[in-house]
Amino acid sequence: MKKFIAPAAIFLAALLVTGCGKKAASKGSEMIIENGAEPQSIDPTQIQGNVEQRINAALFEGLVTTDPKTCKAVPGVAKSWERSADGTILTFHLRDTTWSDGTPITAQTFVDSWLYLMAPSTASPYAYMPAMVIQGAADYNAGKADASTVGLRAVDDHTFEVKLVGPVPYAVDMMTHYSFDVLPMHAIKKYGKEWIKPENFVGNGPFVLESWVPQEKLTVIQNEKYWNKENIFLSRLTFLPIDDMTTAYNKFKNGEIDWNTTETFPLGMLDEVKLRDDYQVYPNLAVYYLALNNDNKTLKDVRVRKALCESLDIKELVSKVTNGGQLATGAFVPEMAGYTPADGVKFDIADAKKLLADAGYPDGNGFPKLTYIYNTSEQHKKIAEWLQQQWKENLGIDIVLQNMEWATFIAKRQAHDFDIARDGWIGDYQDPSNFLELLKTESGNNDGHYVNPDYDALLEKASKMPAGEERMKVLHDAETMMLDRDYAVVPMYIYVTQNLIDLNKWEGWYSNTLDLHSYTGIKLKK
Amino acid sequence: MGKFIVKRVLGLIPTMFVIVTLSFFMIRLAPGGPFSSERKVTPEILANLQHKYHMDEPLGMQYLRYIGDILHGDLGPSFKNKDFTVNQLIGSSMPNSLVLGIVALAIAVVFGITFGLLSAVRQNTWVDYSTMSVASIGLAVPLFVVGPVAVLVFALKLKWLPTSGWITGRQGWKTIIMPAMTLALPYFSSIARLTRASVLETLRSDYIRTARAKGLKDSVVMVKHVLKGALLPVVSYLGPAFAGIVTGSVVIEQIFLVPGIGNFFVKSALNRDYTMILGTVIVYSAILVVMNLIVDILYGILDPRISYK
Repeated sequence: MKKFIAPAAIFLAALLVTGCGKKAASKGSEMIIENGAEPQSIDPTQIQGNVEQRINAALFEGLVTTDPKTCKAVPGVAKSWERSADGTILTFHLRDTTWSDGTPITAQTFVDSWLYLMAPSTASPYAYMPAMVIQGAADYNAGKADASTVGLRAVDDHTFEVKLVGPVPYAVDMMTHYSFDVLPMHAIKKYGKEWIKPENFVGNGPFVLESWVPQEKLTVIQNEKYWNKENIFLSRLTFLPIDDMTTAYNKFKNGEIDWNTTETFPLGMLDEVKLRDDYQVYPNLAVYYLALNNDNKTLKDVRVRKALCESLDIKELVSKVTNGGQLATGAFVPEMAGYTPADGVKFDIADAKKLLADAGYPDGNGFPKLTYIYNTSEQHKKIAEWLQQQWKENLGIDIVLQNMEWATFIAKRQAHDFDIARDGWIGDYQDPSNFLELLKTESGNNDGHYVNPDYDALLEKASKMPAGEERMKVLHDAETMMLDRDYAVVPMYIYVTQNLIDLNKWEGWYSNTLDLHSYTGIKLKK
Repeated sequence: MGKFIVKRVLGLIPTMFVIVTLSFFMIRLAPGGPFSSERKVTPEILANLQHKYHMDEPLGMQYLRYIGDILHGDLGPSFKNKDFTVNQLIGSSMPNSLVLGIVALAIAVVFGITFGLLSAVRQNTWVDYSTMSVASIGLAVPLFVVGPVAVLVFALKLKWLPTSGWITGRQGWKTIIMPAMTLALPYFSSIARLTRASVLETLRSDYIRTARAKGLKDSVVMVKHVLKGALLPVVSYLGPAFAGIVTGSVVIEQIFLVPGIGNFFVKSALNRDYTMILGTVIVYSAILVVMNLIVDILYGILDPRISYK
């Protein structure tokens, strides 16, 4: 009998331990988050992407942070701010706050942090954001000028002044981005590259780093020194790097995770997911479009580009193919407050056929074989096949489909080495210029190589204008010129954000246009 | 024998050198690079990045720098997992793959040999038919089918096991059951088939007939003579199989969230994470050549006809 009792007791104890663990994970104020992939870094100077952003929002806070519903800037380390009369100088008033180790955060910390992020030796991939808006920053980042020429100044411990390149109406909203984070320079000096390791970590966000096992999990616990800790109701966040969406979904269904951040569900899974009460879908500030190579001798003809645009029934695409609530669009810029997107492309087969005939290809006869390239993915493949079929049926032309692995695809697209390519853009901040600037002649993201000095001039003009209707009108005119006159790209649809989180269980979590979620206010419902 | 081992170990050095050199230059032929991103970085930022990682130096110089580093045991920083070095990433993921691989291989070997032997001894009976049917299915059905089906049945329907996770997590040892069984399946199948074929062949050989003629007991003949001879093909299969199984399976790791090295194999290539690709190639080839060496040594022990000169 004794022989039997010992193993039985061990087994029972093991069951209790594992059982209790499970309980703590789904109850209490811990939140387990499926975070899409292994974060590339947690150092704010090195990160890019949503996976890293979700962790960054827990660990760091800049001058401003995002409103959980509107994504507009709300006070962070800065309790208030004002603009100079000409709109080019922003003055931030900082609150009395410290790092998680108690070191004070002052205006000088911001000056040092931003200069560090923009320094060429830091090689921050997102340095271009501050470089875009801060006076002297672009030259400093390119190694052409020294730090003293950058328009940053600590007036006193609590007053931080930023000189902008112009009135830049969206500058404060843009500063919610992690490339404007404040950095613990004292810890960076002390530990060098190792400062982001759990044992050395110092942050100023609502949480601090607890542990990080690559490919397994990253956990953060409450920062006792966070200025707004009364509004933080979660004791721990666990970020799981799960690439495989089926695995993530199974884990969610089984109650092993609380928030599934999967950005795009595979088509095969969507029908089931859509029926769930905890499926949260919302229009995203992001557009799926096709880049047309404006240098291609066939596509150079605006009639051909217009015909390709007008012959696609995008409404059918979103209702039958992508099927996840995406919004068909004829415009390039998603809707946002104060801005009316261009009328954009209309579905009109008769006109498309006529245009193609005028261009010398009646019923598609003699039309050269163009190739459509896309990166390998189930969704992109379905869309590519749909495009091929639509153009064949509506215009009588044959398009060759070619899929390629991601890095090859990106290299080809950025080198303008294609006829037609899948393309997309996810907005960083809510201003139409964030989308329209892509198609400026010199833009590195102008994949189709659209060249129009008048378009560039309109954007340049807008960049010097203060916020208001007039500026929006100029941007609208630019979009209209690029799309309704030049048909430079083929707009397809506005993406949606897709999250799984049970809002009967959690409160304070909101779907929003940028899919940015601050952890302030999120708690379990009683 | 000692001389043989020393000679073989020394022979590994040029092999590894050729592998590293070829890989170093080949990965740079693939389009794109470690700084490729959906959003093209500005030329200024690209220059900063390339300078930071010494990629603005001539290729020959980069190669010499890399060789110098690896001679000091430094596999360099990862381009994509920027907060870790390649040594740290391999150091944290390799043990997990080893644990999973060893457990899976142990299952495969124990069951594979047992059932292989049984089917040979009971040839053309229901034992043989059912074992070989399972083995055929195990070889034919890919892991990305077996894995999700196992999750569906054992986790989502029966709720016996967690859907995924790893032994260091809350669910502990329960998490290794499904990935180990799934990963073991194709290896089990191969081992069972190999054992069966080999046992059948050995049973017909002269020295077994002699053993029987000498009046040895059936069990002694089976264990001491048949099995020892019949295991040779299995042993030669186990070398590369071990290397393959412990260096991780990306499918298993993704389905069951095992923090192993298999993920890095695939992702580093897709991400053009040059240093990580080379790191994983070095680890994989080192394991492979060492396993082949061990197999060669085991051969000598199992087969007296082989001698080392």
